[in-house]
Amino acid sequence: MIIKAKNISKKFMREYVLDHISFNLKSGDRVALMGPNGAGKTTLVRAILGFYKLDGGSLEVFGKNPIKSRVEVLGGISFIPQLPPPIKLNIEELLKYVSKSSGIPKEAIVKEAKKMDLNLKANLNKPFFKLSGGMKQKLLIAIALSKKSKLLIFDEPTANLDPKGRKQFYELLSGINRECSTIYITHRLDEIEGLINRKIYMELGKIVEDERL
Amino acid sequence: MKNLALIAYLDIKESLRSKWFYVYSFVFGGLMALFFITGVSDAVVMGFTGLSRMLLIFIQITIIILPIFILITTVKSIAGDRESHILEYMLSFPVSLKSYYWGKMAGRFVTVFLPVFFALLMGVIFGLIKGGSLPWGLILLYTVLIFALCFTFLGIAFFISSVVKSTDIALGSSFSVWILLLAFIDIALIGLMLQNRLDDKIILALAMLNPIEVFRIGAISLFDPELTVIGPVAYYLLDSLGRNLLIIYAVVYPVAVGGVFALFGYIAFKKRDLL
Ligand SMILES: Nc1ncnc2c1ncn2[C@@H]1O[C@H](COP(=O)(O)OP(=O)(O)OP(=O)(O)O)[C@@H](O)[C@H]1O
Ligand SMILES: [Mg+2]
Repeated sequence: MIIKAKNISKKFMREYVLDHISFNLKSGDRVALMGPNGAGKTTLVRAILGFYKLDGGSLEVFGKNPIKSRVEVLGGISFIPQLPPPIKLNIEELLKYVSKSSGIPKEAIVKEAKKMDLNLKANLNKPFFKLSGGMKQKLLIAIALSKKSKLLIFDEPTANLDPKGRKQFYELLSGINRECSTIYITHRLDEIEGLINRKIYMELGKIVEDERL
Repeated sequence: MKNLALIAYLDIKESLRSKWFYVYSFVFGGLMALFFITGVSDAVVMGFTGLSRMLLIFIQITIIILPIFILITTVKSIAGDRESHILEYMLSFPVSLKSYYWGKMAGRFVTVFLPVFFALLMGVIFGLIKGGSLPWGLILLYTVLIFALCFTFLGIAFFISSVVKSTDIALGSSFSVWILLLAFIDIALIGLMLQNRLDDKIILALAMLNPIEVFRIGAISLFDPELTVIGPVAYYLLDSLGRNLLIIYAVVYPVAVGGVFALFGYIAFKKRDLL
């Protein structure tokens, strides 16, 4: 089992943002996580990454507590955030951080980026935040895919990409190992329909629909 | 702790490119240069040799402005990283919170300590060029004091950044801490003493608890109390504790304060929501 969530709750300012959610994620599950703005999708993902202390319930990722065993759990997850953050490190430094902390060779990231027409070698001294929106997104995708994780979590990863970039991204995704599990937050189901085998719909902190396709 | 050095190294590289670092280095380097241009270092007044006098002025200004520099730049960058979601991304990699927190602090320490230390060295080099004997004891003491000063206020800054989530409130808190500590240095204490509002013992205790005041007293402790206008509180402490004990206290106490704050900051960082 990749994720085992039992009755998990998280409150912000006395309001339930995750309201007693239970679900399991098996290896090979490729989920489209949908729901209106503010439904709690990002919060759920952050709980899985061990960023939030839960107000109730139990959450296990790879059979471990994501807060207590953060290094082991995060070692198996690739994550792309909703918006590329304005990281001040330059590309070379960012690659160093990623490769040293996660054990990915830098060349693997460079190679992955090339598949999306992103030339990292030419930009090594550029601060990350000075890249164009699409280039940032591509770099984050390249990092996520070269990490070869058991679980991939994408929070609307194509928001900044041009149509060609999107197409390249989906091609890359269809190339990843079928054993991998993916959580894919999106508002555009049509784009990823071919990539997923499960749909979870959230509303007001609850899972209101969970359908296997 | 395996990624601690990596995180420290990257933080240093990031700081070296940032604007605050240039302003910071410029202020302290410029201050020292200014002393030489204006000839503060040449005059022999009230029994000081020129260089000692200049170093004393340098350290006294440093004790006042270094804390606010450290507090503001540190708090801004750490709380800023959280607000701009940089922290979310960086912490989605398998690094332990221990490595991250202490690595950041180690990196920060290097970038706040070195420019001030180099400014001090610059003074020493100027002194060597001009000839005359160098006050080595004083130089060593000030190096240690600057080290302790950086550590103390970094600890406090890391604590504020961990506990307070928004940049604005964190900046406000930093400023309040600084003003509060400044309000209770010698001048204000004399006022209280003269008015007889507070018991003298309380005033001395206030002085001993305030890291800025402790640094001030430490900085003048090598000078002859009879020659210097050092303020009654400092005079009394120097007189009753003795020079050596006072110097040890002036280093150990602030470092302990910084260490305790840094540790509480780390506990808050670990125990609370990261974002
Ligand atoms: N750190 C926080 N403090 C207070 N409230 C928060 C915090 N994070 C999220 N919230 C609130 O929790 C709710 C869910 O937010 P979340 O970001 O999980 O939504 P989402 O489903 O990802 O929405 P979107 O589609 O817009 O990305 C929102 O009402 C939001 O205001
Ligand atoms: Mg979201």
